[in-house]
Amino acid sequence: MAPYAYIAPFFVIFAVFGLLPLLFTFYVALYDWNPIGDHLFIGLDNFARLLADARFWNAARNTLSIWLLSTVPQLLGALLLAHLLNHVRLRFALLFRMSMLVPYITSVAATAIVFSQMFDRDYGLLNWLLGLAGIGPIDFIQSVWGSHVLIAVMVTWRWFGYTTLLYLASLQAVPRGIYEAAAVDGAGNWRQFVHISLPSLRPVIVFTVVTSTIYGLQIFTEPLLISKGTQTCGPVRQCQTLTFFLYEQAFGQFRFGYGSAIGVALFVMVVVLAGINYFLSTRIRPERP
Amino acid sequence: MTTTTTTTTRRRSGDRVRWWTYALLILAAFTCLFPLYWMFVVATTDTATATRLPPEILPGGNFFRLAGLVFSTVPFVQSIINSLIVAGVIGAGQAVLCALAGFAFAKLRFRGRDVLLLVVVLTMTVPTQLAIVPQYMIVSWLNWTDTLQALIVPGLANAFGIFWMRQHISSAISDEILQAARIDGASTWQIFWRIVFPLVRPAAFVLGLLGFVTAWNDFLWPFVVLKSPEMYTVQIAIKALQNSFNIDLGLAMSGSFLATLPLLVLFAFVGRRMVAGIMDGAFKG
Repeated sequence: MAPYAYIAPFFVIFAVFGLLPLLFTFYVALYDWNPIGDHLFIGLDNFARLLADARFWNAARNTLSIWLLSTVPQLLGALLLAHLLNHVRLRFALLFRMSMLVPYITSVAATAIVFSQMFDRDYGLLNWLLGLAGIGPIDFIQSVWGSHVLIAVMVTWRWFGYTTLLYLASLQAVPRGIYEAAAVDGAGNWRQFVHISLPSLRPVIVFTVVTSTIYGLQIFTEPLLISKGTQTCGPVRQCQTLTFFLYEQAFGQFRFGYGSAIGVALFVMVVVLAGINYFLSTRIRPERP
Repeated sequence: MTTTTTTTTRRRSGDRVRWWTYALLILAAFTCLFPLYWMFVVATTDTATATRLPPEILPGGNFFRLAGLVFSTVPFVQSIINSLIVAGVIGAGQAVLCALAGFAFAKLRFRGRDVLLLVVVLTMTVPTQLAIVPQYMIVSWLNWTDTLQALIVPGLANAFGIFWMRQHISSAISDEILQAARIDGASTWQIFWRIVFPLVRPAAFVLGLLGFVTAWNDFLWPFVVLKSPEMYTVQIAIKALQNSFNIDLGLAMSGSFLATLPLLVLFAFVGRRMVAGIMDGAFKG
Protein backbone atom coordinates (compact mmCIF):
# COMPACT_ATOMS: atom_id res chain seq x y z
CA MET A 1 0.00 0.00 0.00
CA ALA A 2 2.77 2.42 0.93
CA PRO A 3 4.17 3.25 -2.52
CA TYR A 4 0.81 4.59 -3.68
CA ALA A 5 0.77 7.08 -0.82
CA TYR A 6 3.89 8.72 -2.28
CA ILE A 7 2.32 9.36 -5.66
CA ALA A 8 -1.23 9.95 -4.42
CA PRO A 9 -0.97 13.74 -3.88
CA PHE A 10 -0.04 14.34 -7.50
CA PHE A 11 -2.64 11.98 -8.92
CA VAL A 12 -5.46 13.26 -6.72
CA ILE A 13 -4.76 16.90 -7.62
CA PHE A 14 -4.21 16.00 -11.24
CA ALA A 15 -7.46 14.00 -11.36
CA VAL A 16 -9.54 16.83 -9.90
CA PHE A 17 -7.95 19.85 -11.60
CA GLY A 18 -6.40 18.32 -14.72
CA LEU A 19 -8.02 15.15 -16.01
CA LEU A 20 -11.60 15.77 -14.90
CA PRO A 21 -11.75 19.27 -16.46
CA LEU A 22 -10.19 17.89 -19.64
CA LEU A 23 -12.86 15.19 -19.97
CA PHE A 24 -15.55 17.63 -18.91
CA THR A 25 -14.48 20.01 -21.70
CA PHE A 26 -15.66 17.46 -24.26
CA TYR A 27 -19.00 17.17 -22.42
CA VAL A 28 -19.65 20.90 -22.00
CA ALA A 29 -18.73 21.45 -25.65
CA LEU A 30 -21.90 19.54 -26.60
CA TYR A 31 -24.10 22.05 -24.80
CA ASP A 32 -25.30 25.59 -25.15
CA TRP A 33 -24.12 26.22 -21.60
CA ASN A 34 -24.83 29.49 -19.85
CA PRO A 35 -23.12 29.61 -16.44
CA ILE A 36 -26.09 31.31 -14.78
CA GLY A 37 -28.83 30.02 -17.05
CA ASP A 38 -29.85 27.00 -19.08
CA HIS A 39 -27.82 24.05 -20.30
CA LEU A 40 -29.21 22.91 -23.62
CA PHE A 41 -27.87 19.82 -25.37
CA ILE A 42 -27.07 20.73 -28.97
CA GLY A 43 -24.80 17.87 -30.08
CA LEU A 44 -22.04 18.95 -32.42
CA ASP A 45 -23.56 22.35 -33.24
CA ASN A 46 -20.80 24.21 -31.41
CA PHE A 47 -18.20 22.55 -33.62
CA ALA A 48 -20.15 23.26 -36.79
CA ARG A 49 -20.43 26.90 -35.75
CA LEU A 50 -16.77 27.01 -34.85
CA LEU A 51 -15.64 25.76 -38.25
CA ALA A 52 -17.84 28.37 -39.92
CA ASP A 53 -16.74 31.16 -37.58
CA ALA A 54 -14.45 33.68 -39.26
CA ARG A 55 -13.29 34.85 -35.79
CA PHE A 56 -11.97 31.36 -35.07
CA TRP A 57 -9.96 31.22 -38.28
CA ASN A 58 -8.73 34.74 -37.66
CA ALA A 59 -7.51 33.70 -34.20
CA ALA A 60 -5.89 30.56 -35.65
CA ARG A 61 -4.15 32.65 -38.32
CA ASN A 62 -2.91 35.17 -35.73
CA THR A 63 -1.62 32.38 -33.49
CA LEU A 64 0.25 30.75 -36.37
CA SER A 65 1.70 34.04 -37.54
CA ILE A 66 2.89 35.03 -34.04
CA TRP A 67 4.33 31.54 -33.54
CA LEU A 68 6.34 31.71 -36.79
CA LEU A 69 7.56 35.24 -36.08
CA SER A 70 8.71 34.28 -32.59
CA THR A 71 10.01 30.73 -32.99
CA VAL A 72 12.27 31.12 -36.03
CA PRO A 73 14.39 34.05 -34.75
CA GLN A 74 14.37 32.63 -31.23
CA LEU A 75 15.80 29.25 -32.22
CA LEU A 76 18.33 30.65 -34.71
CA GLY A 77 19.52 33.22 -32.18
CA ALA A 78 19.77 30.58 -29.47
CA LEU A 79 21.83 28.34 -31.78
CA LEU A 80 24.29 31.13 -32.46
CA LEU A 81 24.55 32.23 -28.84
CA ALA A 82 24.94 28.67 -27.52
CA HIS A 83 27.75 28.15 -30.02
CA LEU A 84 29.44 31.36 -28.82
CA LEU A 85 28.99 30.50 -25.14
CA ASN A 86 30.41 27.02 -25.63
CA HIS A 87 33.99 28.22 -25.64
CA VAL A 88 36.72 27.04 -23.30
CA ARG A 89 38.34 30.38 -22.70
CA LEU A 90 35.29 32.61 -22.60
CA ARG A 91 35.43 35.11 -19.75
CA PHE A 92 32.43 36.22 -17.71
CA ALA A 93 30.63 33.08 -18.93
CA LEU A 94 28.38 32.88 -15.86
CA LEU A 95 27.50 36.57 -16.12
CA PHE A 96 26.40 36.13 -19.74
CA ARG A 97 24.36 33.05 -18.88
CA MET A 98 22.67 34.71 -15.92
CA SER A 99 21.76 37.86 -17.83
CA MET A 100 20.10 35.73 -20.50
CA LEU A 101 17.81 34.25 -17.88
CA VAL A 102 16.59 37.63 -16.63
CA PRO A 103 13.74 37.86 -19.20
CA TYR A 104 12.54 34.43 -18.10
CA ILE A 105 12.05 35.57 -14.49
CA THR A 106 10.29 38.77 -15.60
CA SER A 107 6.53 38.27 -15.70
CA VAL A 108 4.68 38.32 -19.01
CA ALA A 109 2.46 41.11 -17.63
CA ALA A 110 5.43 43.36 -16.78
CA THR A 111 7.05 42.49 -20.12
CA ALA A 112 3.90 43.43 -22.03
CA ILE A 113 3.63 46.76 -20.24
CA VAL A 114 7.25 47.81 -20.82
CA PHE A 115 7.32 46.62 -24.45
CA SER A 116 4.08 48.33 -25.37
CA GLN A 117 5.58 51.54 -23.99
CA MET A 118 8.82 51.07 -25.95
CA PHE A 119 6.83 50.32 -29.12
CA ASP A 120 4.27 53.09 -28.58
CA ARG A 121 3.32 55.04 -31.68
CA ASP A 122 3.66 58.52 -30.22
CA TYR A 123 6.13 58.35 -27.34
CA GLY A 124 7.89 55.01 -27.83
CA LEU A 125 11.64 54.69 -27.87
CA LEU A 126 11.65 52.59 -31.03
CA ASN A 127 9.51 54.94 -33.10
CA TRP A 128 11.67 57.83 -31.94
CA LEU A 129 14.78 56.00 -33.23
CA LEU A 130 13.00 55.06 -36.45
CA GLY A 131 11.96 58.69 -36.78
CA LEU A 132 15.61 59.77 -36.63
CA ALA A 133 16.20 57.45 -39.59
CA GLY A 134 13.24 59.02 -41.37
CA ILE A 135 10.92 56.00 -40.97
CA GLY A 136 7.52 55.72 -39.38
CA PRO A 137 5.88 56.21 -37.03
CA ILE A 138 4.66 52.60 -37.03
CA ASP A 139 1.54 51.80 -35.05
CA PHE A 140 2.58 48.50 -33.50
CA ILE A 141 -0.55 48.05 -31.45
CA GLN A 142 -3.37 48.92 -33.84
CA SER A 143 -2.05 47.28 -37.02
CA VAL A 144 -2.18 43.56 -37.82
CA TRP A 145 1.47 43.03 -38.64
CA GLY A 146 2.65 45.52 -36.08
CA SER A 147 0.84 43.79 -33.23
CA HIS A 148 2.06 40.37 -34.37
CA VAL A 149 5.64 41.62 -34.52
CA LEU A 150 5.32 43.25 -31.09
CA ILE A 151 3.97 40.07 -29.47
CA ALA A 152 6.60 37.95 -31.25
CA VAL A 153 9.34 40.28 -29.99
CA MET A 154 8.08 39.82 -26.42
CA VAL A 155 7.90 36.04 -26.74
CA THR A 156 11.35 35.89 -28.32
CA TRP A 157 12.83 38.17 -25.67
CA ARG A 158 11.40 36.00 -22.92
CA TRP A 159 12.54 32.62 -24.23
CA PHE A 160 15.71 32.94 -26.31
CA GLY A 161 18.01 32.91 -23.29
CA TYR A 162 16.33 29.86 -21.77
CA THR A 163 16.57 28.05 -25.12
CA THR A 164 20.23 29.08 -25.40
CA LEU A 165 20.96 27.39 -22.06
CA LEU A 166 19.23 24.17 -23.20
CA TYR A 167 21.29 24.15 -26.42
CA LEU A 168 24.47 24.96 -24.54
CA ALA A 169 23.92 22.02 -22.18
CA SER A 170 23.56 19.72 -25.18
CA LEU A 171 26.69 21.13 -26.82
CA GLN A 172 28.71 20.59 -23.67
CA ALA A 173 27.80 16.91 -23.70
CA VAL A 174 29.68 16.47 -26.99
CA PRO A 175 33.14 15.04 -26.19
CA ARG A 176 35.89 17.54 -26.91
CA GLY A 177 37.94 14.87 -28.71
CA ILE A 178 35.51 14.90 -31.64
CA TYR A 179 36.17 18.60 -32.24
CA GLU A 180 39.91 18.09 -31.89
CA ALA A 181 39.88 15.25 -34.40
CA ALA A 182 37.89 17.42 -36.79
CA ALA A 183 40.34 20.30 -36.31
CA VAL A 184 43.25 17.97 -37.09
CA ASP A 185 41.45 16.95 -40.27
CA GLY A 186 41.29 20.63 -41.21
CA ALA A 187 37.65 21.39 -40.42
CA GLY A 188 37.19 25.06 -39.54
CA ASN A 189 34.83 26.67 -37.10
CA TRP A 190 31.84 26.67 -39.44
CA ARG A 191 32.27 23.07 -40.58
CA GLN A 192 32.68 21.93 -36.97
CA PHE A 193 29.43 23.69 -36.18
CA VAL A 194 27.52 22.17 -39.11
CA HIS A 195 28.89 18.64 -38.91
CA ILE A 196 29.36 18.13 -35.17
CA SER A 197 27.35 20.65 -33.14
CA LEU A 198 24.20 20.70 -35.25
CA PRO A 199 23.63 16.90 -35.46
CA SER A 200 24.12 16.52 -31.70
CA LEU A 201 21.57 19.27 -31.10
CA ARG A 202 18.80 17.71 -33.19
CA PRO A 203 16.84 16.09 -30.32
CA VAL A 204 16.86 19.26 -28.24
CA ILE A 205 15.92 21.36 -31.28
CA VAL A 206 12.87 19.14 -31.88
CA PHE A 207 12.03 19.44 -28.19
CA THR A 208 12.23 23.24 -28.20
CA VAL A 209 10.18 23.52 -31.40
CA VAL A 210 7.43 21.45 -29.79
CA THR A 211 7.48 23.30 -26.46
CA SER A 212 7.48 26.66 -28.23
CA THR A 213 4.50 25.54 -30.30
CA ILE A 214 2.55 24.47 -27.23
CA TYR A 215 3.50 27.77 -25.57
CA GLY A 216 2.42 29.57 -28.74
CA LEU A 217 -1.06 28.02 -28.52
CA GLN A 218 -1.38 29.42 -24.98
CA ILE A 219 -0.42 33.03 -25.70
CA PHE A 220 -2.94 35.25 -23.96
CA THR A 221 -1.42 37.79 -21.58
CA GLU A 222 0.64 39.67 -24.19
CA PRO A 223 -2.29 40.49 -26.52
CA LEU A 224 -4.59 41.27 -23.57
CA LEU A 225 -2.18 43.81 -22.08
CA ILE A 226 -0.96 45.49 -25.25
CA SER A 227 -4.56 46.16 -26.24
CA LYS A 228 -5.22 47.54 -22.73
CA GLY A 229 -7.79 44.94 -21.78
CA THR A 230 -10.21 44.97 -24.70
CA GLN A 231 -12.00 41.64 -25.10
CA THR A 232 -11.20 41.38 -28.78
CA CYS A 233 -7.65 42.69 -28.92
CA GLY A 234 -8.42 45.72 -31.02
CA PRO A 235 -11.27 46.72 -33.32
CA VAL A 236 -10.52 44.14 -36.03
CA ARG A 237 -9.31 41.40 -33.65
CA GLN A 238 -5.87 41.96 -35.14
CA CYS A 239 -3.98 40.25 -32.31
CA GLN A 240 -6.61 37.92 -30.86
CA THR A 241 -5.03 34.49 -30.34
CA LEU A 242 -6.86 31.17 -29.91
CA THR A 243 -6.60 31.18 -26.12
CA PHE A 244 -7.74 34.80 -26.10
CA PHE A 245 -10.75 33.85 -28.26
CA LEU A 246 -11.54 31.05 -25.79
CA TYR A 247 -11.34 33.53 -22.92
CA GLU A 248 -13.54 36.08 -24.71
CA GLN A 249 -16.27 33.55 -25.52
CA ALA A 250 -16.26 31.78 -22.14
CA PHE A 251 -15.65 34.58 -19.65
CA GLY A 252 -16.53 37.69 -21.67
CA GLN A 253 -19.66 36.38 -23.45
CA PHE A 254 -20.48 33.61 -20.92
CA ARG A 255 -20.72 30.96 -23.62
CA PHE A 256 -19.19 28.07 -21.69
CA GLY A 257 -20.20 25.50 -24.34
CA TYR A 258 -18.67 27.42 -27.22
CA GLY A 259 -15.57 28.20 -25.17
CA SER A 260 -15.17 24.49 -24.43
CA ALA A 261 -15.45 23.70 -28.12
CA ILE A 262 -12.49 26.03 -28.70
CA GLY A 263 -10.70 24.11 -25.93
CA VAL A 264 -11.37 20.85 -27.75
CA ALA A 265 -9.97 22.37 -30.95
CA LEU A 266 -6.82 23.34 -29.03
CA PHE A 267 -6.61 19.81 -27.63
CA VAL A 268 -6.74 18.32 -31.14
CA MET A 269 -3.93 20.65 -32.23
CA VAL A 270 -1.76 19.63 -29.24
CA VAL A 271 -2.32 15.92 -29.93
CA VAL A 272 -1.40 16.34 -33.60
CA LEU A 273 1.74 18.29 -32.63
CA ALA A 274 2.72 15.68 -30.03
CA GLY A 275 2.25 13.00 -32.69
CA ILE A 276 4.52 14.86 -35.10
CA ASN A 277 7.06 15.25 -32.28
CA TYR A 278 6.98 11.53 -31.54
CA PHE A 279 7.38 10.71 -35.22
CA LEU A 280 10.30 13.11 -35.64
CA SER A 281 12.13 12.09 -32.48
CA THR A 282 11.93 8.37 -33.24
CA ARG A 283 13.11 9.06 -36.78
CA ILE A 284 15.99 11.22 -35.64
CA ARG A 285 17.42 9.18 -32.80
CA PRO A 286 19.33 6.59 -34.91
CA GLU A 287 21.18 9.36 -36.75
CA ARG A 288 22.76 10.74 -33.60
CA PRO A 289 26.57 10.49 -33.58
CA MET B 1 23.44 19.43 -10.96
CA THR B 2 26.83 18.27 -9.88
CA THR B 3 28.89 16.93 -12.70
CA THR B 4 28.72 18.28 -16.19
CA THR B 5 27.99 21.98 -16.24
CA THR B 6 31.36 23.43 -15.44
CA THR B 7 33.83 20.83 -16.65
CA THR B 8 36.07 22.55 -19.12
CA THR B 9 37.32 19.27 -20.56
CA ARG B 10 34.10 18.79 -22.46
CA ARG B 11 34.01 22.12 -24.17
CA ARG B 12 35.04 23.05 -27.65
CA SER B 13 38.80 22.97 -28.09
CA GLY B 14 40.67 26.02 -27.01
CA ASP B 15 41.08 28.34 -29.95
CA ARG B 16 41.18 32.00 -29.00
CA VAL B 17 37.99 33.90 -28.34
CA ARG B 18 37.46 36.51 -31.07
CA TRP B 19 36.38 40.06 -30.27
CA TRP B 20 33.11 39.66 -32.13
CA THR B 21 32.17 36.78 -29.86
CA TYR B 22 32.23 39.21 -26.96
CA ALA B 23 30.52 41.89 -29.02
CA LEU B 24 27.60 39.59 -29.85
CA LEU B 25 27.32 38.27 -26.29
CA ILE B 26 27.36 41.78 -24.84
CA LEU B 27 24.68 42.78 -27.34
CA ALA B 28 22.55 39.79 -26.24
CA ALA B 29 23.04 40.61 -22.55
CA PHE B 30 22.16 44.26 -23.25
CA THR B 31 18.98 43.16 -25.05
CA CYS B 32 17.98 41.08 -22.03
CA LEU B 33 18.64 43.79 -19.47
CA PHE B 34 17.62 46.97 -21.26
CA PRO B 35 13.80 46.58 -20.97
CA LEU B 36 14.16 46.27 -17.19
CA TYR B 37 16.34 49.38 -17.08
CA TRP B 38 13.78 51.17 -19.24
CA MET B 39 11.00 50.06 -16.88
CA PHE B 40 12.92 51.74 -14.07
CA VAL B 41 13.53 54.91 -16.12
CA VAL B 42 9.83 55.40 -16.90
CA ALA B 43 8.91 54.41 -13.35
CA THR B 44 10.94 57.33 -12.07
CA THR B 45 9.76 60.09 -14.40
CA ASP B 46 6.48 61.97 -14.39
CA THR B 47 4.06 61.94 -17.29
CA ALA B 48 5.41 65.14 -18.77
CA THR B 49 8.89 63.64 -19.04
CA ALA B 50 7.64 60.27 -20.22
CA THR B 51 5.89 61.88 -23.18
CA ARG B 52 8.77 64.15 -24.17
CA LEU B 53 10.79 63.58 -27.32
CA PRO B 54 13.64 62.75 -27.39
CA PRO B 55 12.91 60.35 -24.51
CA GLU B 56 14.73 60.62 -21.19
CA ILE B 57 17.46 58.01 -21.04
CA LEU B 58 18.34 58.47 -17.37
CA PRO B 59 16.15 57.77 -14.33
CA GLY B 60 14.36 60.76 -12.83
CA GLY B 61 13.60 61.59 -9.22
CA ASN B 62 9.97 60.53 -9.02
CA PHE B 63 10.39 56.92 -8.00
CA PHE B 64 8.92 57.30 -4.52
CA ARG B 65 6.08 59.56 -5.64
CA LEU B 66 4.99 56.98 -8.27
CA ALA B 67 5.53 54.05 -5.92
CA GLY B 68 3.30 55.82 -3.40
CA LEU B 69 0.68 56.28 -6.11
CA VAL B 70 0.87 52.55 -6.89
CA PHE B 71 0.25 51.69 -3.24
CA SER B 72 -2.71 54.05 -2.99
CA THR B 73 -4.37 53.05 -6.30
CA VAL B 74 -4.46 49.29 -5.63
CA PRO B 75 -3.81 47.28 -2.42
CA PHE B 76 -0.31 46.56 -3.65
CA VAL B 77 1.22 45.46 -0.33
CA GLN B 78 -1.59 42.94 0.05
CA SER B 79 -1.06 41.68 -3.49
CA ILE B 80 2.65 41.17 -2.81
CA ILE B 81 1.78 39.21 0.32
CA ASN B 82 -0.75 37.16 -1.69
CA SER B 83 1.83 36.43 -4.36
CA LEU B 84 4.42 35.45 -1.74
CA ILE B 85 1.94 33.03 -0.12
CA VAL B 86 0.82 31.49 -3.41
CA ALA B 87 4.27 31.20 -5.00
CA GLY B 88 5.92 30.17 -1.72
CA VAL B 89 3.49 27.35 -0.97
CA ILE B 90 3.53 26.16 -4.58
CA GLY B 91 7.34 26.21 -4.76
CA ALA B 92 7.87 24.38 -1.48
CA GLY B 93 4.94 22.03 -2.10
CA GLN B 94 6.14 21.07 -5.56
CA ALA B 95 9.65 20.39 -4.27
CA VAL B 96 8.36 17.96 -1.61
CA LEU B 97 5.52 16.33 -3.58
CA CYS B 98 7.65 15.81 -6.69
CA ALA B 99 10.52 14.39 -4.63
CA LEU B 100 8.08 11.96 -2.96
CA ALA B 101 6.54 10.80 -6.23
CA GLY B 102 9.90 10.81 -8.02
CA PHE B 103 11.30 8.60 -5.26
CA ALA B 104 8.41 6.14 -5.59
CA PHE B 105 8.81 5.96 -9.37
CA ALA B 106 12.59 5.59 -9.16
CA LYS B 107 13.07 3.22 -6.24
CA LEU B 108 9.84 1.54 -5.16
CA ARG B 109 8.10 -1.38 -6.85
CA PHE B 110 4.34 -1.44 -7.18
CA ARG B 111 1.71 -2.61 -9.63
CA GLY B 112 0.94 -0.22 -12.45
CA ARG B 113 4.11 1.80 -11.93
CA ASP B 114 5.08 1.99 -15.59
CA VAL B 115 1.56 2.83 -16.72
CA LEU B 116 1.24 5.58 -14.11
CA LEU B 117 4.63 7.00 -15.09
CA LEU B 118 3.47 7.06 -18.70
CA VAL B 119 0.40 9.02 -17.57
CA VAL B 120 2.70 11.53 -15.86
CA VAL B 121 4.80 11.93 -19.01
CA LEU B 122 1.72 12.32 -21.22
CA THR B 123 0.25 15.02 -19.00
CA MET B 124 3.40 17.07 -19.55
CA THR B 125 2.39 17.59 -23.19
CA VAL B 126 -1.20 18.76 -22.71
CA PRO B 127 -1.55 22.31 -21.39
CA THR B 128 -4.36 22.16 -18.82
CA GLN B 129 -5.25 25.73 -19.73
CA LEU B 130 -7.39 24.53 -22.63
CA ALA B 131 -9.76 23.03 -20.04
CA ILE B 132 -10.06 26.34 -18.22
CA VAL B 133 -13.88 26.46 -18.47
CA PRO B 134 -14.51 23.23 -16.50
CA GLN B 135 -11.65 24.14 -14.16
CA TYR B 136 -13.48 27.31 -13.33
CA MET B 137 -16.73 25.36 -12.87
CA ILE B 138 -15.06 22.92 -10.46
CA VAL B 139 -13.53 25.76 -8.47
CA SER B 140 -16.96 27.44 -8.23
CA TRP B 141 -18.60 24.22 -7.03
CA LEU B 142 -15.94 24.04 -4.32
CA ASN B 143 -16.75 27.67 -3.45
CA TRP B 144 -13.12 28.52 -4.06
CA THR B 145 -13.54 31.43 -6.46
CA ASP B 146 -11.81 34.56 -5.21
CA THR B 147 -9.60 32.58 -2.81
CA LEU B 148 -5.90 31.84 -2.81
CA GLN B 149 -6.35 28.07 -2.51
CA ALA B 150 -7.92 28.14 -5.97
CA LEU B 151 -4.44 29.12 -7.19
CA ILE B 152 -2.37 27.04 -4.77
CA VAL B 153 -3.96 23.58 -4.88
CA PRO B 154 -4.07 23.09 -8.68
CA GLY B 155 -0.55 24.58 -8.88
CA LEU B 156 0.91 21.85 -6.67
CA ALA B 157 0.67 19.15 -9.35
CA ASN B 158 3.71 19.30 -11.59
CA ALA B 159 4.24 16.34 -13.92
CA PHE B 160 7.53 17.70 -15.24
CA GLY B 161 8.81 17.99 -11.68
CA ILE B 162 8.06 14.34 -10.93
CA PHE B 163 9.87 13.25 -14.06
CA TRP B 164 12.84 15.47 -13.20
CA MET B 165 13.09 14.27 -9.58
CA ARG B 166 12.80 10.67 -10.73
CA GLN B 167 15.81 11.16 -13.02
CA HIS B 168 17.83 12.73 -10.22
CA ILE B 169 16.95 10.08 -7.65
CA SER B 170 17.68 7.24 -10.09
CA SER B 171 21.15 8.55 -10.84
CA ALA B 172 22.12 10.01 -7.46
CA ILE B 173 21.16 7.12 -5.16
CA SER B 174 22.29 3.53 -5.49
CA ASP B 175 20.02 0.63 -4.56
CA GLU B 176 22.76 -0.70 -2.27
CA ILE B 177 22.47 2.28 0.09
CA LEU B 178 18.72 1.78 0.34
CA GLN B 179 19.09 -1.95 0.94
CA ALA B 180 21.66 -1.32 3.67
CA ALA B 181 19.27 1.13 5.35
CA ARG B 182 16.45 -1.40 5.12
CA ILE B 183 18.60 -4.10 6.75
CA ASP B 184 19.28 -1.65 9.56
CA GLY B 185 15.53 -1.49 10.07
CA ALA B 186 14.68 1.88 8.51
CA SER B 187 11.17 2.27 7.14
CA THR B 188 10.56 3.60 3.63
CA TRP B 189 9.38 6.89 5.09
CA GLN B 190 12.57 7.23 7.17
CA ILE B 191 14.69 6.28 4.14
CA PHE B 192 13.06 9.05 2.14
CA TRP B 193 13.58 11.80 4.72
CA ARG B 194 16.97 10.73 6.12
CA ILE B 195 18.76 9.50 2.98
CA VAL B 196 16.98 10.36 -0.26
CA PHE B 197 15.77 13.90 0.33
CA PRO B 198 19.05 15.25 1.76
CA LEU B 199 20.92 13.85 -1.27
CA VAL B 200 18.61 15.39 -3.87
CA ARG B 201 17.93 18.61 -1.98
CA PRO B 202 19.82 20.79 -4.53
CA ALA B 203 17.65 19.46 -7.37
CA ALA B 204 14.48 19.85 -5.31
CA PHE B 205 15.56 23.41 -4.46
CA VAL B 206 15.92 24.36 -8.12
CA LEU B 207 12.58 22.73 -8.90
CA GLY B 208 10.96 24.74 -6.10
CA LEU B 209 12.56 27.93 -7.44
CA LEU B 210 11.20 27.33 -10.93
CA GLY B 211 7.80 26.60 -9.41
CA PHE B 212 7.99 29.81 -7.38
CA VAL B 213 8.90 31.92 -10.43
CA THR B 214 6.17 30.36 -12.58
CA ALA B 215 3.53 30.85 -9.89
CA TRP B 216 4.65 34.43 -9.20
CA ASN B 217 4.32 35.27 -12.89
CA ASP B 218 1.14 33.32 -13.66
CA PHE B 219 -1.60 35.44 -15.19
CA LEU B 220 -4.58 33.80 -16.94
CA TRP B 221 -5.78 31.54 -14.11
CA PRO B 222 -5.59 34.19 -11.34
CA PHE B 223 -7.18 36.66 -13.78
CA VAL B 224 -10.16 34.32 -14.21
CA VAL B 225 -10.51 33.20 -10.59
CA LEU B 226 -9.81 36.33 -8.53
CA LYS B 227 -12.47 39.04 -8.27
CA SER B 228 -11.81 41.37 -5.35
CA PRO B 229 -8.74 43.64 -5.18
CA GLU B 230 -7.70 42.30 -1.73
CA MET B 231 -7.22 38.88 -3.32
CA TYR B 232 -5.15 40.06 -6.31
CA THR B 233 -1.71 38.67 -6.97
CA VAL B 234 0.86 41.24 -8.14
CA GLN B 235 0.34 40.39 -11.82
CA ILE B 236 -3.38 41.12 -11.58
CA ALA B 237 -2.60 44.27 -9.60
CA ILE B 238 -0.40 45.47 -12.49
CA LYS B 239 -3.30 44.86 -14.86
CA ALA B 240 -5.57 46.90 -12.56
CA LEU B 241 -3.01 49.74 -12.59
CA GLN B 242 -3.06 49.71 -16.38
CA ASN B 243 -6.87 49.95 -16.31
CA SER B 244 -7.01 52.70 -13.71
CA PHE B 245 -8.17 56.11 -14.79
CA ASN B 246 -5.01 57.71 -13.52
CA ILE B 247 -3.28 59.06 -16.62
CA ASP B 248 0.21 58.80 -15.21
CA LEU B 249 2.12 56.71 -17.75
CA GLY B 250 4.69 55.81 -15.18
CA LEU B 251 2.14 54.18 -12.90
CA ALA B 252 1.84 50.79 -14.62
CA MET B 253 5.60 50.80 -15.19
CA SER B 254 6.22 51.55 -11.55
CA GLY B 255 3.93 48.68 -10.57
CA SER B 256 5.67 46.37 -13.03
CA PHE B 257 9.04 47.34 -11.63
CA LEU B 258 7.91 46.78 -8.04
CA ALA B 259 6.42 43.40 -9.02
CA THR B 260 9.67 42.33 -10.71
CA LEU B 261 12.04 43.62 -8.03
CA PRO B 262 11.53 40.73 -5.53
CA LEU B 263 12.37 38.20 -8.24
CA LEU B 264 15.46 40.18 -9.31
CA VAL B 265 16.71 40.19 -5.72
CA LEU B 266 16.03 36.47 -5.43
CA PHE B 267 17.77 35.89 -8.76
CA ALA B 268 20.88 37.76 -7.62
CA PHE B 269 21.28 35.15 -4.88
CA VAL B 270 20.19 31.96 -6.61
CA GLY B 271 20.54 32.77 -10.32
CA ARG B 272 23.69 30.71 -10.55
CA ARG B 273 21.89 27.64 -9.25
CA MET B 274 18.93 28.27 -11.57
CA VAL B 275 21.26 28.40 -14.59
CA ALA B 276 22.93 25.16 -13.49
CA GLY B 277 19.57 23.54 -12.78
CA ILE B 278 18.06 24.43 -16.15
CA MET B 279 21.15 23.22 -17.97
CA ASP B 280 21.23 20.05 -15.94
CA GLY B 281 17.59 19.28 -16.67
CA ALA B 282 18.22 19.70 -20.37
CA PHE B 283 18.71 16.99 -22.93
CA LYS B 284 22.23 15.68 -23.00
CA GLY B 285 23.47 14.58 -26.44
